[in-house]
Amino acid sequence: MSNLKEMRSGIEEQYKAKLNRPRIVVGLGTCGIAAGGRKVMKAIQDEVANRKLDVDVDFSSCIGMCFAEPVVEIALPGTPSVIYGGVYPDNVNKLIEGHLINKTPVTEMAEIQIAGEAKPYDGIPVMEKSGYYAKQVRSVTSRLGRTNPESIGDYIATGGYAALEKALAMDRQDIINEVKKSGLRGRGGGGFPTGNKWQFVHDAVGDKKYIVCNADEGDPGAFMDRSVLEGDPHAVLEGMMIAGYTIGANEGVIYCRAEYPLAIKRLNLAIEEAEKMGLMGDNILGSGFNFTVRIKAGAGAFVCGEETALLNSIEGQRGMPRVRPPFPAHKGLWQKPTCLNNVETFANIPFIIRNGGEWYAAMGTEKSKGSKVFCITGKINHTGLCEVPMGITLREIVEDIAGGIKDGKKFKAVQSGGPSGGCLPTEKLDLPVDYESLTAAGAIMGSGGLVFMDETTCMVDVAKFFLNFTQLESCGKCTPCREGTKRMLETLIRITEGAGVPEDIPKLERLATNIKASALCALGQTAPNPVLTTLKYFREEYEAHIMDRKCPAGACAALLNYTILADKCVGCGVCVKACPVQAISGEKKTAHVINSSTCIKCGACVPKCKFEAIVKA
Amino acid sequence: MPTVTLTIDGQQVTVPKGTTVLEAAWKAGSFVPTFCHDPELTKPGACRICVVEIKGARNLPASCVTAAAEGMIVETASPAVIDARKTILELMLDNHPEDCLTCHQAGDCKLQDYAYFYNVKPGAFGGECKNYEIEDDNLFIVRNMNKCILCGKCLRACEEKQGRAVIDFAYRGFRTKVATALDKPLADSVCVSCGTCVSVCPTGALTEKAMLGSARKWEVQKVRTTCPFCGVGCNFDLNVKGGKVIGVTSNAAAPANGRDLCVKGRFGTDYVHSPKRLTKPLIKKNGEFVESTWDEALDLVASKFGEIKTKFGSDSIAALSSARCTNEDNYVMQKFMRAVIGTNNVDHCART
Repeated sequence: MSNLKEMRSGIEEQYKAKLNRPRIVVGLGTCGIAAGGRKVMKAIQDEVANRKLDVDVDFSSCIGMCFAEPVVEIALPGTPSVIYGGVYPDNVNKLIEGHLINKTPVTEMAEIQIAGEAKPYDGIPVMEKSGYYAKQVRSVTSRLGRTNPESIGDYIATGGYAALEKALAMDRQDIINEVKKSGLRGRGGGGFPTGNKWQFVHDAVGDKKYIVCNADEGDPGAFMDRSVLEGDPHAVLEGMMIAGYTIGANEGVIYCRAEYPLAIKRLNLAIEEAEKMGLMGDNILGSGFNFTVRIKAGAGAFVCGEETALLNSIEGQRGMPRVRPPFPAHKGLWQKPTCLNNVETFANIPFIIRNGGEWYAAMGTEKSKGSKVFCITGKINHTGLCEVPMGITLREIVEDIAGGIKDGKKFKAVQSGGPSGGCLPTEKLDLPVDYESLTAAGAIMGSGGLVFMDETTCMVDVAKFFLNFTQLESCGKCTPCREGTKRMLETLIRITEGAGVPEDIPKLERLATNIKASALCALGQTAPNPVLTTLKYFREEYEAHIMDRKCPAGACAALLNYTILADKCVGCGVCVKACPVQAISGEKKTAHVINSSTCIKCGACVPKCKFEAIVKA
Repeated sequence: MPTVTLTIDGQQVTVPKGTTVLEAAWKAGSFVPTFCHDPELTKPGACRICVVEIKGARNLPASCVTAAAEGMIVETASPAVIDARKTILELMLDNHPEDCLTCHQAGDCKLQDYAYFYNVKPGAFGGECKNYEIEDDNLFIVRNMNKCILCGKCLRACEEKQGRAVIDFAYRGFRTKVATALDKPLADSVCVSCGTCVSVCPTGALTEKAMLGSARKWEVQKVRTTCPFCGVGCNFDLNVKGGKVIGVTSNAAAPANGRDLCVKGRFGTDYVHSPKRLTKPLIKKNGEFVESTWDEALDLVASKFGEIKTKFGSDSIAALSSARCTNEDNYVMQKFMRAVIGTNNVDHCART
């Protein structure tokens, strides 16, 4: 045990020394890399080398501001760190010139500053008071974008593995009680109380038990688990080890989707480093507790995020859900008692053990405690990752954190919980975000994806999108999901193509009710939710498609008609050239017409017309 | 044995602990349909046709995988249950050919029976219907995957009863299909044509090739017999129409083998009415086989054995029989050798 204490002081010294030097830190999460972060890093390194500057160039992960990627932080000792957004190889020079050479932050590129004890710069929002972060809490995400995820030193110096050390000296039941006290519930979407689950696995009889981490994040628009894995892999490992010690397991498996190569790489590195330091493997910290973790990469099936299908997949079986009960807590991996939690759940554990269950339970609502990481995407100004206390309203998320709807358009709906969730309208904006409220409204918390839509989004089209996803990803095992979602999708396609009939609505409702009632697993039982909620809150849109053959949002191409207003058209012929299918004709200087049977409704002509003579209806 | 008492359709029923709601419902005399359930196979709870309403349950659980519990109140035919079952049948029918008129399985098809019982017609939802080539590459089995309702009994029987696991589900969602590895033809797979899959199929998706088109199900007379091929003593039903054997179906009640048969037993009865079959003994005379009578043939064999025995002694003769012959045949063989020929030179193929 004394081992970590000895190591820790040295590591903390090193970390302090690192912070006391001028640093440029590039955000290299998958989002940052996709936006060009690596090229930016190379440009910075070249510039630093050319100018022979005494500055360290480091990298971190995603701080959450996906809208601002590539993100670069410049930190000079004794001054606030400034986080810049939209940094590209061609403006790197400007930053270095300004911030490093002239010691003046480049305000127009700065997103936020982290002042600490230093005096904040003028004209740059301080992180805690900035629009994006003011309403956030940063607990699970505290290291994201702040430490180097590939450095175990950074992890330990920021309190890492202290929870494991503490837990190894605790009574197992006391750990469970602490988790129960925290009120933590499954962050993968199920919302099952984590402490109770641990109790079941702890009490289950078995010669061998397993810890399994569900990192098969698959909802469209959800990337919080990826961000946590890429930004704080050790926290997940530490959480798994504490769980392993508590329930009596010495083997852990992380089932991570193969589409997350960076997460897998950083996890593997973290495992390797933890093993090297005696924090994983045999006789961890001299406690006699052994624990190893291996990674199983998924093969692309969404349904493998369902816990029993996931277990089948680890065992080499086809990823199809098993019948429950027996629950994995009793018969899980290889039929042994298995504690299966999601990435964010495990990542919360070290914080709860270090700070105590009561600290965690102080955040949130009566039944939904703590904080939750959400991915906010869609038609909003600030897309990205945010961690908020449970109970925050949807309105606060969209108006304050997300910075409102893009291009000044009107908010129309938010899809919560991915394909299993539902679309909530403006009237529900003051709903507190917690498990019970969202479920009561017809949506679900899910894993934490929030997709915001504006007035140009057609809700029938949205329902169609999600149904297309679930019917493709249905495992095919049970009849209602396999056949039923296909028929729902076909009906929605018909409606959006203008071939719907009035009976389609009751048919959809009957099918949805019966699929929900009789499907085998949660995928099928929740697959109709997008249709049911859009029918509940946006029924008139369905009716407009069916009765009037109109798409009120102007999104369904088959129901659109482009026409040229004769009084505005001057007959310039620009639109004729823009049309890819020669659907527009007319004599020069006389009003043109669009042949609606040839027109493919691509809309290419509209922006070309300087006289606003072409209208969509 | 511990028991639980529950109420099913208003009737109290007591069953051993561990009994499923389905079995308890059947015991209580309630009708609950099943497709994927099979008492001899694991329970996937997949087809969902056996859903019931259980007081306090969130959804309609599949009764085949729900354990009966003390005090449970079960409805097997509530309006919600009936509507869910009808929906499932409608979904199945809309992805199934409407060819009951000429389907070999008509009259012995669960899908047809339940559709009739619940008055469900095709076309409730319409839409795409699967359209696979009919696979008849295997010598004995025709696979028409258009008629498959994906209950998965065939693949479980293949894995759990025969230990072969030749077939499994492939693809996902609406495109899910029972297929061999890499979806190759059955003939190119490791299938040994035991036909166990055919015996468990609830629809016309898997049929015995030889019987296709030979008889309607209700024209067939089933005659229980013992397989003549070997000494295992498998029982099966000869399928007879108009005094002629048209094929074999297995019978779960067969004491030695249940529904399991080998390729010979299940598909090898075509010799019965073969014109090539020998019905009279042949004796080689002047290098040619000539039809004879049993008396003449047996006299000839007896006299030849006698000659050899006199000339070279009893121990010059030995007999080798098959371990797969019946016990009775093997007994008679050694008795004959010892008592009539006078030698202990008896052996069988499986001794070493």
